[in-house]
Amino acid sequence: MPGTGERREDGTSGTHDEAAGTRIGTRGVHDRAGGTHVGTGGVHDRPTGTHHATNGVHGRAGDRRAGSGHPPTAPLLEIRGLSVSYRTRGGTVAAVRGVDLDVWPGQVTAVVGESGSGKSTTAHAITRLLPDNGVLEAGTVRFGRHDLATLSEPELRAVRGARIGLVPQDPTVSLNPVKRVGEQVAEVLRLHTKATRRSAAAEAVAVLERAGLPDAAVRARQYPHELSGGMRQRALIAVAIAAGPELIIADEPTSALDVTVQRVILDHLQRLAEESGTGILLVTHDLGVAADRAQRLVVMSRGRVVEAGPTRDVLADPQDPYTRHLLASAPSLASARRRPTATVRTADTADTADTAPAGAAAPLVEARNLVKEFRLPGSGDGPRTLRAVDDVSFTLGRGRTLALVGESGSGKSTTARLVLRLADATSGRVLFDGTDVTAAGGARARELRRRSQLVYQNPYASLDPRFSVGEVVVEPLRAFKVGDRRSRLARARDLLDRVALPASVLERRPAELSGGQRQRVAIARALALSPDLVVCDEPVSALDVSVQAQVLELLAELQADTGVAYLFISHDLAVVRQIAHEVAVMRAGRVVESGPAEDLFARPRHAYTRELLAAIPGGHVLSPAAATITN
Amino acid sequence: MRGYVIKRLAQAAGVLWAAYTVAFLVLDYLPGDPVTAMAGAGMESGQVDPRQIAALRHEYGFDQPVLTQYTQYLGRAVRGDFGDSVATGRPVTSTLADALPQTLQLTASALLLAVVLGGGLAVAATYTTRRWLRQFLLSLPPLGVSVPTFWVGLLLVESFSFRLRWFPAFGNDGPRALVLPALTLAVPTGAQIAQVLAKSLFTALDQAYVETARAKGAGRWRVHLRHALRNASLPALTVVGLLVGQLIAGSVVVETVFSRDGLGRVTAAAVTAQDIPVVQGVVAFGALIFVTTNLVVDLVYPLLDPRIVVAAGGRASAV
Repeated sequence: MPGTGERREDGTSGTHDEAAGTRIGTRGVHDRAGGTHVGTGGVHDRPTGTHHATNGVHGRAGDRRAGSGHPPTAPLLEIRGLSVSYRTRGGTVAAVRGVDLDVWPGQVTAVVGESGSGKSTTAHAITRLLPDNGVLEAGTVRFGRHDLATLSEPELRAVRGARIGLVPQDPTVSLNPVKRVGEQVAEVLRLHTKATRRSAAAEAVAVLERAGLPDAAVRARQYPHELSGGMRQRALIAVAIAAGPELIIADEPTSALDVTVQRVILDHLQRLAEESGTGILLVTHDLGVAADRAQRLVVMSRGRVVEAGPTRDVLADPQDPYTRHLLASAPSLASARRRPTATVRTADTADTADTAPAGAAAPLVEARNLVKEFRLPGSGDGPRTLRAVDDVSFTLGRGRTLALVGESGSGKSTTARLVLRLADATSGRVLFDGTDVTAAGGARARELRRRSQLVYQNPYASLDPRFSVGEVVVEPLRAFKVGDRRSRLARARDLLDRVALPASVLERRPAELSGGQRQRVAIARALALSPDLVVCDEPVSALDVSVQAQVLELLAELQADTGVAYLFISHDLAVVRQIAHEVAVMRAGRVVESGPAEDLFARPRHAYTRELLAAIPGGHVLSPAAATITN
Repeated sequence: MRGYVIKRLAQAAGVLWAAYTVAFLVLDYLPGDPVTAMAGAGMESGQVDPRQIAALRHEYGFDQPVLTQYTQYLGRAVRGDFGDSVATGRPVTSTLADALPQTLQLTASALLLAVVLGGGLAVAATYTTRRWLRQFLLSLPPLGVSVPTFWVGLLLVESFSFRLRWFPAFGNDGPRALVLPALTLAVPTGAQIAQVLAKSLFTALDQAYVETARAKGAGRWRVHLRHALRNASLPALTVVGLLVGQLIAGSVVVETVFSRDGLGRVTAAAVTAQDIPVVQGVVAFGALIFVTTNLVVDLVYPLLDPRIVVAAGGRASAV
C-alpha cells in the first residue's frame, strides 16, 4: 500500500467537492431525462450529448430492454464523468476519461473493449479498488444514496463485499492459497454480518452451494489448489454473493476458463442476478459473451465510452466506427468462409508449387498411435499413471494446417510436444518427412529442431526480456551457426519485414512492444531457419480480438508464401475455423473427431464437438448482424 | 510423510559426515599439529624434550597415517566421543557441554530479537503509506547487513555501557549482561530477515487474492496480516533456517568482543591452539544444529502452506 494513499485522498477531496457541485446539475439533466422516460415509454437512456458533447458517445433512444420481471425505475449505479489516471515514472497516464455508465437492477450491463480501453479500470474505480498509483481524478459514482467517489475508506469498506461484490478475472490466483475455501467465503460474512465463527462456516457452505459448487461441504474444507479453475471461480462467485449484494462487478470472470465451463458459469451468474434482482456489471473483451448475456452494452476504447445502448440495437446497427471494427474482427462472429477461403486457395497454390515435384502423397508429419503416460504422485498404493495422450494418430501435409482443438487437459499440447520431440512418447511413432524420429537423438534430433519450430501462447513470457528484438530473431541462426553477423542481420531485417514490423524495432527490447508486435517477433523467430513445420501453441489466445485477426491473417499469408505447415493448437473453435484445413478434436487424451474443417464445422458428428460449437459465445445471436457488417 | 522424514534424516547424516570430513582434511592440511604448537610455546620459555614431544604425538596418534587417524576419529565420533582436548586434556564433549548453555542463551535471544525486530520492520515498512517513512525503514536493513558485527558491538558498548551505564560491557552475569551481545548478534540477522520479508510482503500484496480480500471489505491491517503475511512468511522462514548457522559463527566474534564465555570463545581458543579434537567437535556440533534447524523449517512449511504437503508427499513416494 502506497505512500501516495493518504495524500491522494486528501489531495483530491477538493476535486470531489467540485464534482459534487456539478453532480447536482447532472442530476437535473437526469430528472428531465427521467421525465422523457415516462413519456415515451422506455427511453431511460441519457441524452448523453448534453452532458459530454465532446465524447462522441452514440446514445440511443428507443430502448427495448430485455430485462426480466418488473422494469426498474432507477439505475442501481450511475457513473458520471468518471476519470481515472495512473501516475507512472513517465508522467500521468489518463486511463479513463469522462465515462458515463448505468447499471440497472436485475440486468446485465456489459462493458466491452480491448486491453487498455479502460474497462477494467472503470470497474475497479467503482469501489475504488485501484492500484496504488491509480488516482480518481473526477466524476461521481452514485450507488443508492452514496457517491462512492467521495466516501471515506472505512465507509467504502462497508460497501465492498456487502453491497457490491466483485468476481475477479483469474480464479487460479484470486483465492488465498493458504486458506480453506470455506474460510474465505465465511470471511465476508464475518466482516459484514453478525455471524459467529461457527455460524459463518455453516452459512459459507450454503453460499457455496448457491454458487453452484457440488459437494459444497467437502469443498469448503479444501484448499484452492485442490479445486479446478471452474470450481475456484464458483468459490469466488460465492465470495461475491455471500452478503447478498445489490451489484456484482464481474471483471472478465470466465476469460481463464474453458468454453464449456464458461457457459455454465455465466448461466449461473445470470440466473442469480435474475432471481435476486442483483445488477451485474460484466467486463469482457469478448463481444460474443456480451452479446449472449447483456441487456445493455457499453463499448469502450482508449478510456472513453464510444457507444452505449441496448445490446440488440448496438449490435444490429453500430454507430461508432470502433464498434463496427470490433464486431468485424470478433472471431466468434466471423462467418466461416471469410479468411479460410483465402487460406485454402493460397495454400492450394502453395501445395501445387511446392510439393508437386516431390510427390504430393508424402505427408510432412505422421503420428501413429501416440501414447504418453505421466506418473502421478502415489498415495501409498503403488504408482498411478495419467494417460495424457491416448492412441492419437494424424497426418499433416506440407503447407497445410492441422488444428488440435480441445479444452485444458485434453492432451493437445502434450501431443505437440511429442511431435517436436520435446517429450518422449510412451509408445507410438512419429514420422517426420518420411523418417521415423520417435527415438531420434543427437544430430538427427538437432536436424529435427532446425526443421520444426514453435510459437508459444504468451508473447509476454516467451521472449527473453534482456535480448533486443534483433537478438531474439537471429538466435536460432546463431544456434545453428547459419551465416555470419552481417548476413544474420540482413535476415532479421527481412524476417521482420515479413511479419510487417519496421526495421526500427531491431534494437528495441520486447518490453517496449505491444502483445501483437511481440507475437510477430515470435513468429519471425520461428521462421528464421525456414522450417517445414511450425507448431503454434495457442498463438493468439493472449491477444486482443482485432490483433488476433491480424496475426491469423499473417500466419495464413506466410503459409502461402513459404509453404510451411502449421500444427495449430487451440481451445478456441472460432479461431480454428479461420485458419485450419483439418481439425482434430481432442478430449481426455483421445481424438474424438477429425476431418476437414469445413465438414467438421458444418456437420459435427461427435456429441462433444457439438457441445464445443454450441459453447462458442455469441454465435447464434450475432451471425446475421456480423454477416451484414462484413459484406 | 514418514518416508519424507526418513529421507531427510538420511540427508542430514550425509551433511554431518561431509562437514566432519572437510573439517578434518582442512585441519590436516594446515602445517603443524597441536603438540608442536604447544611445544613451540614451551620452547620460547625454556626446554622441551624432543622425546617428550614424540611421546605426546604418539599418544594423540598424530604420528600415524592420515587415513588411519581419520577412521579412528570418525569411528569414535560416531559413538559421540570426540576425544580429549590437546590444550586442556579435558574431554571435548564436556568442554562443549560446559560452554553450550551460555551460547544457547545468546543465540536464542539474538534470534528472537532478530525475528521480532526484522519482522516488525518489514511489516511496518510495507504497511505505512508515508513514503518517507517507508524509504527510511527500507534503508535500515542494508545498513544492518553491511556494518561489521564487532563494530556494532563496540558502538553499543561505548554508548550503553561506558556513557549511559545501563548494561555491563562484558561478562556472563545475568540477563542484563546478555542484552548488548544479543542485540549485536541480532542486527545483521534481523536485517536479513527484514530484507527478505519486506520483499515477499510487497510481492504478496501485489497478488490477485489481496484484491479479492479488499473487495470483500477487509481493512488494510486485516489484509496485511491475515492474507499477505502468511503467504510472505515462507521465504523469510527459509532465511531463518540458514541464519541459525550464521548465528553460531557470529557468536565467535560477539563472545570475543564482550568477553563472554561460550562456544564461540572455545572455538576461537581451539583454532588458535590448533586443538584439532575440539575444533572437530565444534564443527560437528555446529553442523548438527544447522541440519536440525533446517529439517524443522522444512517440516513447518506444510503447516504454513497447504500446497507443500503435495510436493512433500510426491517426493516421499519416490523414496
